[in-house]
Amino acid sequence: MSLEYTSSEMMSVTAARALTNSMTCFVGIGLPSEAANLARLTHAPDVTLIYESGTLQTKPDVLPLSIGDGELCESALTTVSVPEMFRYWLQGGHVSVGFLGTVQIDRYANLNTTLIGDYRKPKVRLPGGGGAPEIATSAKEVFITVKHSKRTFVKDVDFVTTVGFGRDGKARDSVPNIGQGPTVVITDLCILKPDPETKELLVSSLHPNVTREDVIAATGWDIRFAENLATTPEPGTRELEVLRDLKARTHFHHN
Amino acid sequence: MAEFLSLKEAVSRHINNGDTVCMEGFTHLIPFAAGHEIIRQEKQDLTLIRMTPDLVYDQMIGAGCAKKLIFSWGGNPGVGSLHRLRDAVENGWPNKLEILEHSHAAMASAYEAGAAGLPLAVLRGYVGSDLPKVNEQIKFIVCPFTGERLAAVPSVRPDVAVIHAQRADRKGNVLVEGIIGIQKEVVLAAKRSIVTVEEIVDDLGASVNACVLPSWAITAIAEAPKGASPSYALGYYDRDNAFYKEWDGIARDRETFQAWLQENVFEKGAA
Repeated sequence: MSLEYTSSEMMSVTAARALTNSMTCFVGIGLPSEAANLARLTHAPDVTLIYESGTLQTKPDVLPLSIGDGELCESALTTVSVPEMFRYWLQGGHVSVGFLGTVQIDRYANLNTTLIGDYRKPKVRLPGGGGAPEIATSAKEVFITVKHSKRTFVKDVDFVTTVGFGRDGKARDSVPNIGQGPTVVITDLCILKPDPETKELLVSSLHPNVTREDVIAATGWDIRFAENLATTPEPGTRELEVLRDLKARTHFHHN
Repeated sequence: MAEFLSLKEAVSRHINNGDTVCMEGFTHLIPFAAGHEIIRQEKQDLTLIRMTPDLVYDQMIGAGCAKKLIFSWGGNPGVGSLHRLRDAVENGWPNKLEILEHSHAAMASAYEAGAAGLPLAVLRGYVGSDLPKVNEQIKFIVCPFTGERLAAVPSVRPDVAVIHAQRADRKGNVLVEGIIGIQKEVVLAAKRSIVTVEEIVDDLGASVNACVLPSWAITAIAEAPKGASPSYALGYYDRDNAFYKEWDGIARDRETFQAWLQENVFEKGAA
């Protein structure tokens, strides 16, 4: 008998399940960090987590508010400089998964964290690229987790901060020495994966009690569904308990 | 050899209006005390470079110190926007702010190239990104050995580097511990450097491979206890995450920001 759960918890648990013990994961702050640490505290205790502040193989007890909280450094195997992090460990090919969040994502999984509107006259100025542009190309594959809404899932992003498969789905073709790009997008409604041929994102699995219509209404393009559409397994009791404990510890720590 | 100065004297003597200034510290060891002294001395027309502008540049931009910002991630980590930065970019308040943005990998490489005395940094970067369309500093070159297309950015070689560190010994050698970010690179890349420290001690207590900046590589050292707060100094105090959250409300509004600045920066002299 499983506990009651929210759609946000469904998203975090599903995102955590994408990680395995053998992966070395470069973790983005926010939802990816929550999912990555949930994985580490449940089914993947040996997953290697790396944050861009230079903390290698870190095991924080609470979720960091920033990518450089002291907790990350004190629980890490070692801490390296930021140039070393990006040049040796990321660009050097030691990261199997880049785990990213975003503000906008389009049908070819391009990510926008730069601005809404026109570059010279932005409606909303967002933080910018940070580590993501190179995480997305140097990691062997990329996982993305983000809440599903029409504002977020747009046909074309206003600005490609971080490449998925480019405006035409072909940006990675014939570029040597880069990773395969996004392989899965996990939202609070469903799981999406790129079509192997066109690279357009398709819904591969609906979360329990979510309908096709719910996903269509929350997506800014004519979203397509995989032929063998699955239903995502519900969160288990232990996953939910560990997630709630982690969030309670984190809330207590930061307030 | 590094000269021991008061923070007031160090800023007054080594930072000029119009300078290019890098105040670094990747989440950790952010030189807030120095930033506040720059605001108090009403320095202007600075080109500010920093990977993550953070609250320190939000405050300096809101106070009117900057004409240009070069950065790679301009948010309040885990909280949201830097509202003073946004107000300057979106509305030109208190003055127009030119921005130039990179990715972290490019900026880290540019600092490293600056420290190495090179004119440019080369990286496998910006593939498929729109950033090269809006930043003319980003170019692409072809590797003469393999033919691979790679990104190139100019190295960072500022007039002044400002960093915070845990401690200096009485000769002026400085120890940086924990998340060392790009503290070493920025000091070596700059023409002049100011290092603020938590304390000055007889013995650094550094292990053999520790990150130590020798006295002869630093221009000035100023003692500034809690000089990185509300960021943190490993071994001394924690990051004040509650203040980072509170800042969102303070900075959202011009008047509350100015009141905060008056009370917490102008009316408080240098330590």
